[in-house]
Amino acid sequence: MKLLNCPHLGARPENEFTYGGEVRVQPDPDTSSDAQWADYVFNRQGRPGTHHEWWYHNPTGIWFIAERDTITDRFLRIELASPERLKEAGHG
Amino acid sequence: MPLRLLRFALSKEHKEPRFFRERPELKDKYDAVIIGGGGHGLACAYYLARDHGITNVAVLEQGYIGGGNTGRNTTIVRSNYLTPEGVQFYDKSVKLFEELSEDLDINLFYSTRGHFTLAHNESSLRTMRWRAEVNKHYGIDSEVVDRQAVHEACPPLDLECGGQNPVMGALYHAPGSVVRHDAVAWGYGRGADERGVEIHQKTAVTDIKVEAGKVRGVQTNRGFIHTDTVISMVAGFTPRITSMVGIDTPIEIHPLQACVTEPMKPWLDSIIVSGSLHVYVSQSSRGELVMGASLDPATLHSTRSTLGFVEHLSDYMLDLFPFLSGIKVMRQWAGMADMTPDFAPIMGTTDIEGFYLDAGWGTWGFKATPVSGKTMAASVAAGRNDPLIEPFRLSRFADFQLVGERGAASIGH
Repeated sequence: MKLLNCPHLGARPENEFTYGGEVRVQPDPDTSSDAQWADYVFNRQGRPGTHHEWWYHNPTGIWFIAERDTITDRFLRIELASPERLKEAGHG
Repeated sequence: MPLRLLRFALSKEHKEPRFFRERPELKDKYDAVIIGGGGHGLACAYYLARDHGITNVAVLEQGYIGGGNTGRNTTIVRSNYLTPEGVQFYDKSVKLFEELSEDLDINLFYSTRGHFTLAHNESSLRTMRWRAEVNKHYGIDSEVVDRQAVHEACPPLDLECGGQNPVMGALYHAPGSVVRHDAVAWGYGRGADERGVEIHQKTAVTDIKVEAGKVRGVQTNRGFIHTDTVISMVAGFTPRITSMVGIDTPIEIHPLQACVTEPMKPWLDSIIVSGSLHVYVSQSSRGELVMGASLDPATLHSTRSTLGFVEHLSDYMLDLFPFLSGIKVMRQWAGMADMTPDFAPIMGTTDIEGFYLDAGWGTWGFKATPVSGKTMAASVAAGRNDPLIEPFRLSRFADFQLVGERGAASIGH
């Protein structure tokens, strides 16, 4: 079984975690155009590389923001989700 | 022994004609460049040449033809989709497939089996009734059947599924078929080559030159090619190509895994699908069970396959067919599925003049090979989208006009 070496929880089986998708920063719904909103809702960074992603640890209910190489499937950095971390990870 | 074989045994030179010619040089200029030598790319080249007289075409394949998702799918062809747009599109594909062996003069082993999508709960049955009504409206042979009909068609199937998920009925689609996927690529490749199309293997596109919103050429690992028309038909590599021209898409890449068992005597003549149990299975003409399951949950640009996949698939397979407990899995593999939010493809023109996209083929691309080739060729020849693919245009996302096809996907989700 593949283990995920989480700095906060220790080595845990990967199947305890749920992938939550790419980190996106939501534009202001009141001021954004339809095109900006569609871009936020649908478009993704599909090409390979280091992605910022949401990961949820099911047993503890903790959300993480992780950096993962989407070619090698290696986690490069796992941090607790916080407003500062979200701001740093967001591409928008 | 056929005389033809004896002739090869005695001859020092093996003159059996190749399916397509090896082209030593890339030309400086083509009327159209197709990126991707899978089924879709070769079919598009074939129909461009045959139906539209556009023969100065290069198909550029970074590996070998049919080595991507064309050779990695579970070979199922069907048209019992959910949306009117999808049903009409895939129906055209099934009709083209039925004539394809004769058209391409190659035995594709096209085998019509009948396709059962099992319902294990009321909500699945409800979606199936909906699908059946849409299908029938468009003249597709599709109906909801009870569990007795499933039992009669496939006696070894345990209708109780170990007591956990009893089968309540199924959506039955008589035209559901399997077809030898490699031969589809070879047949289209040969047909295109005979009409003057150049197929270049081991030729990777590294950049696309765009000037003032128009395509001007492609850079490859074998030099630069001038062209005004580029058609990207690369499935799991689509985001790498679209990033070369600066187009954003909703496509994300997830591995889709599949496996085959050791060969058995024929016992399964229909195609059995269960979305709830994450299984689809058919028996190949070699006797192997060809099985698929669900997408890997996280994005990944890799064709690695995992033990966890085989464990989960086997678990559910044994619920359906307990007698298979002693059967071994022989091979497993994965393809890179280019998933879209609405489970429908992305096809046709883009904001860049001369750049055409045939992508978003996720887990449903092989069955669309003939129709995507034909409609993309028609769109390129006319410079505007064929009516059949207009609903699948990239701009549907910006217009919030999605084609919700998720309810008709066989893969678990």
